[in-house]
Amino acid sequence: MAFLFQQILNALQVGSVYALIALGYTMVYGILSMINFAHGDIFMVSTYLAFFGSTLLVSHLAHASSSVVFIITVVAAMFGTALLAVLIERLAYKPLRRAPRMSAVITALGIGLFLENFFVAFTPIGPQTRVLPTLLPSDPITFMGVTVSPLQLIIIVVSLLVMLALDVLVRRTLMGTAMRAISWDREIVPLMGIPVDRVISVTFAIGAAIAAIGGMLYGSAYTIDPYIGIRIGWWAFIAAVVGGIGNIRGAMLGGFILGFVEIFTPVVLPSSSYRDLVAFSLLLLLLIFRPTGILGRTVNQKV
Amino acid sequence: MMRRYWKRWSLPVILLAGLPITYLLPQSGLINPYLELVLKYIGINIILAVSLNLVNGYMGEFSVGHAGFMAIGAYTASVLTVAIFPEQAGPYLFPLALIAGGVTAGLAGLVLAFPSFRTRGDYLAIVTLAFNMIVKSVLENMGLLGGPRGYMGMDPLATLTWVYVCVVLVLAVSRNFIYSKFGRGVLSIREDETAAGLMGVNTQQVKVLTFVISAFIAGIAGGLFAHVVQFINPRSFTILKSTDMLVMVYLGGVGSLGGSILGATIYTVLLEALRYVLPLLGISAEWRWVAAPLFLVFLMIFRPRGIMGGREFPFFRSNRAKEVA
Repeated sequence: MAFLFQQILNALQVGSVYALIALGYTMVYGILSMINFAHGDIFMVSTYLAFFGSTLLVSHLAHASSSVVFIITVVAAMFGTALLAVLIERLAYKPLRRAPRMSAVITALGIGLFLENFFVAFTPIGPQTRVLPTLLPSDPITFMGVTVSPLQLIIIVVSLLVMLALDVLVRRTLMGTAMRAISWDREIVPLMGIPVDRVISVTFAIGAAIAAIGGMLYGSAYTIDPYIGIRIGWWAFIAAVVGGIGNIRGAMLGGFILGFVEIFTPVVLPSSSYRDLVAFSLLLLLLIFRPTGILGRTVNQKV
Repeated sequence: MMRRYWKRWSLPVILLAGLPITYLLPQSGLINPYLELVLKYIGINIILAVSLNLVNGYMGEFSVGHAGFMAIGAYTASVLTVAIFPEQAGPYLFPLALIAGGVTAGLAGLVLAFPSFRTRGDYLAIVTLAFNMIVKSVLENMGLLGGPRGYMGMDPLATLTWVYVCVVLVLAVSRNFIYSKFGRGVLSIREDETAAGLMGVNTQQVKVLTFVISAFIAGIAGGLFAHVVQFINPRSFTILKSTDMLVMVYLGGVGSLGGSILGATIYTVLLEALRYVLPLLGISAEWRWVAAPLFLVFLMIFRPRGIMGGREFPFFRSNRAKEVA
């Protein structure tokens, strides 16, 4: 029983990071109907911003408490990542908005690979794995046979709060209404005086900022390298599709489902190396039987 | 009179003349083994580009998982030549291994064609992507095939001549396929699937056939590749390889066989050249993997249809060019 609770807790921890990144995929898809394949690598960049930011702050602000350093780093990483995402959107995606949809998807794939290979080739960063300085208390507490680290709880709670905030933002604010309006009909919305370009940029910025929170949390718990954009990014992408791409609540649900797949695969199957197989098979089956995901709405093709 | 014979026979004669040249060239010492290798890569990449172009360029569907077909072809052919065929008969049975690789890949293409009935565009891209990842993951978990460590022991059976023969056959088959009745159906699906269906094109049949042919060709390329490098592992067939194919297709030109030849040749030569140019500039050769995706992005923004986009070299055009236009 304790084992089960332990695994559920681990799954929630992993799943909340997936959910945070999946939100970025799903928001961009919702507004532009475009799969932003570069998002996983934007997440990867955010973990590096978090790494360099926190290392720099720890060495220069020796007297500051680690939670202050954590908060400053998160904010800095969010701004940096948002800036990068907006830059990518303006330079690479915007010129293609009127082009066939696949052009933008291929461009996104190219941007993702570019970021990844750039980080590998650029000597100050390079392909080696790195560890963020310990900023959050991670001494485990054992409670009724279940080992919980404060870090684990922080990851889960912060992720849930961010998701809640995003849900409120999209459903209750003017900006959120504009986003939903654009995803509803991009042709009519400009006529209503909504600055479409600005709303799209803000969407990219918010998605990237949330990925940066995910990046900071991920970096606090695991090691980072330039390839995590593939591993974590693809999984988050599956999460977005499983939940129903374009649907924000679906992305959260999908993230947690994927967290459970990751943690429970080694429990059920002989080796954890089967987890990619399980995750992608799940994706494939879902796409064949329910292409719009669990919470996605069906769209009829017009002739 | 003379002109007509010239038109009819010049191409086959030139292609046939290529056969002894590709056989003698490596032995004559005119090209070193490295150049020979680059030529083989160019050939294999042409085959891959043609394969992807059938689906992405001509049919207008979107596959980003063709490396999966290539992997299936490579592993099938390798297992046949290493473990099943007798060692001495290897060179003679090699084409059989290639065909077997192509057929297995074609079967996978058959499976993958079914989701394409219901989904298009983005979702089909995701399906093919998942397929690529699944193939890689399955191979990594198959201890018999070496798992993540890969599979080796292949003899260098893919000589320049074999690569050449495969390139010519693939181009000939693809050209005839495109100008056949089925091929017209493929193009009509690209322009408007619903309208194509209304005009009496059996869209499901056409899609299945195109996917199978495309996968078959990619499988052949995989078999050749395995017998050139003599060592394959699942990581050789990731999404990165699929992206390479995308670059070649979109560089050369969508919906153009001539474009596939150009794209594959330019891309292969460019990457090999950068291997030497970059260290001269004092930069590590790793940077060519930074340049390649950036290249793709610029291509998409400034020249999305590629060099040849939709156009064709004279010898690839239909004999009834006016009808096709």
